[in-house]
Amino acid sequence: MGEILRVQDLWLEREGREILRRVSLVVEEGTVHCLLGRNGSGKSTLAYALIGSGGYRPSRGSILFYGQEITDLSITERAKLGITLAWQEPARFEGVKVKDYIALGMKEPSLPRIEESLRAVALSPSEYLNRYVDESLSGGERKRIELAAVYAMHPKLAILDEPDSGIDVLSLEDIARLIRRMASEGITVLLITHRDEMVPVADVASLICGGEIIRTGDPKVVREHYARRCIPCELAEPVESEEDYERYV
Amino acid sequence: MSVTYKIATEFEAIVKAYEKAGGKPEVFKSSRIASLVVSSNKVLAANEIPGIHMEAEELPSGIRATIRVEPGVKLEYPVHLCFGVLPQEGVQEIYSKFEIGDGAQVAFIAHCTFPNALDVRHIMDSTIHVGKGALMHYRESHYHGERGGTVVLPKARVAVEEGGQYFSEFNLTIGRVGRLELDYVVDVGPYGVAELVAKAYGYGDDSILVKEAIRLNGEKARGLAKSRIAVREKARSEVHGVTEGNAPFTRGHVDCIEIVRDEAIAIAVPLVSVRHPSAYVTHEAAIGTVDKKGLETLMARGLSEEEAVDVIIKGMLGG
Repeated sequence: MGEILRVQDLWLEREGREILRRVSLVVEEGTVHCLLGRNGSGKSTLAYALIGSGGYRPSRGSILFYGQEITDLSITERAKLGITLAWQEPARFEGVKVKDYIALGMKEPSLPRIEESLRAVALSPSEYLNRYVDESLSGGERKRIELAAVYAMHPKLAILDEPDSGIDVLSLEDIARLIRRMASEGITVLLITHRDEMVPVADVASLICGGEIIRTGDPKVVREHYARRCIPCELAEPVESEEDYERYV
Repeated sequence: MSVTYKIATEFEAIVKAYEKAGGKPEVFKSSRIASLVVSSNKVLAANEIPGIHMEAEELPSGIRATIRVEPGVKLEYPVHLCFGVLPQEGVQEIYSKFEIGDGAQVAFIAHCTFPNALDVRHIMDSTIHVGKGALMHYRESHYHGERGGTVVLPKARVAVEEGGQYFSEFNLTIGRVGRLELDYVVDVGPYGVAELVAKAYGYGDDSILVKEAIRLNGEKARGLAKSRIAVREKARSEVHGVTEGNAPFTRGHVDCIEIVRDEAIAIAVPLVSVRHPSAYVTHEAAIGTVDKKGLETLMARGLSEEEAVDVIIKGMLGG
């Protein structure tokens, strides 16, 4: 297996402020790569830059997918190559049923696969297929449906932004099981989290701080570094906030 | 003989247009389903079933109809109404009176179709009385063709008696709108319920004006005025949602969402008023472009921007 994603010296600036700095990252195909960092460290910003979100164009550097330069490709073009994102706070879609939402990303939509993806996130298909992806679902339910949609899409690279936050029923072990299942089915996972308990599911981990990746390697070592030196941390200033996306996209 | 043939041909043509507007033509073949088919000013078919009475009088440019549901009757199948104008030009005026007897339960599915319209004017003037404890659902879907040559003026004055329930949905989401001026006013008695939903999708130079008013006049009456409008290109929409809490413990809500693209213009004027300290009326109106996160989420699944916008707008208008 070779590398699926290579990020080279990526910088992202906004209003004269550096949000991402000299980010370099290599993700090997077929692995689970954990990007660990405190809230505001630049994790979500990197995720948005990787999928090609409109407000997150890098000022410098490049992103390669299977060796192909994709830095200037649109979100749709990158998704068609096989990159997608499970959002930390998924959007709502009035009038769109769960089954149709999940089917949207599938090359060959099939009901058994949609049902299987719901079961993979501990949701009963009979109860959820015909519900709407709107405010009638709780935040946790929407989040699980988002993960189900990414799983059903079967992308080459799934970026999961804080899949472990705000989930009301799924335990960390359930999330870990889903991630392992994705990996066993050939989906490379870039797992973004601030919870070091999630790290053991990964094959490789990187630590991001102040918009810069400061360490990559054995998950145990990275986790230890994070636990000992990053929590609590009074040094790093947050470089992003949850409101940034709404402001800049 | 030739007259019969002509009517049969017109019936087939209007039913075909009805199908294009989203209707199911087989309903007109069933003797168990009440129905009324009107082309311009001609009543082409009318099927009554026990418990419902329909009288229709042809006028020079339309019809006058009275539809009466006997008290206590609960109709198993919806009543199907089809109104249309097939020529490119014409006027159709429908003056209708609905009388839903106390305790009756009935649903109406109406389709109004003007598939070839270049200059068609359709006036719908309804008086609706929902008796004590009665339930009426009324769903109206329009198809105006692709040339924007239709002017539609639906007007309804509705009275809901004690414990009665009235649910209305107006849809104009396929094809051009032309000019729409919807004007519904509902007076709700004690413990009554009224819900008005209007959905429209305008483009080109379409013009949409929606006026929905619910007056909660009886104790504990409840009401919802909901509108979902999308406009693009040079279309214009204006929504006036009014809810009045005029009696003790009334509950009302105005809910308006308008999506605007290109050079289109959208205006929302929610108006709520309360005339009793225990009444509670709320409103929310959101106007703007398509939600960016929703758009990027769908694009991250492989949809183009246009496809993603389409999914979001169709969801909002269809759900």
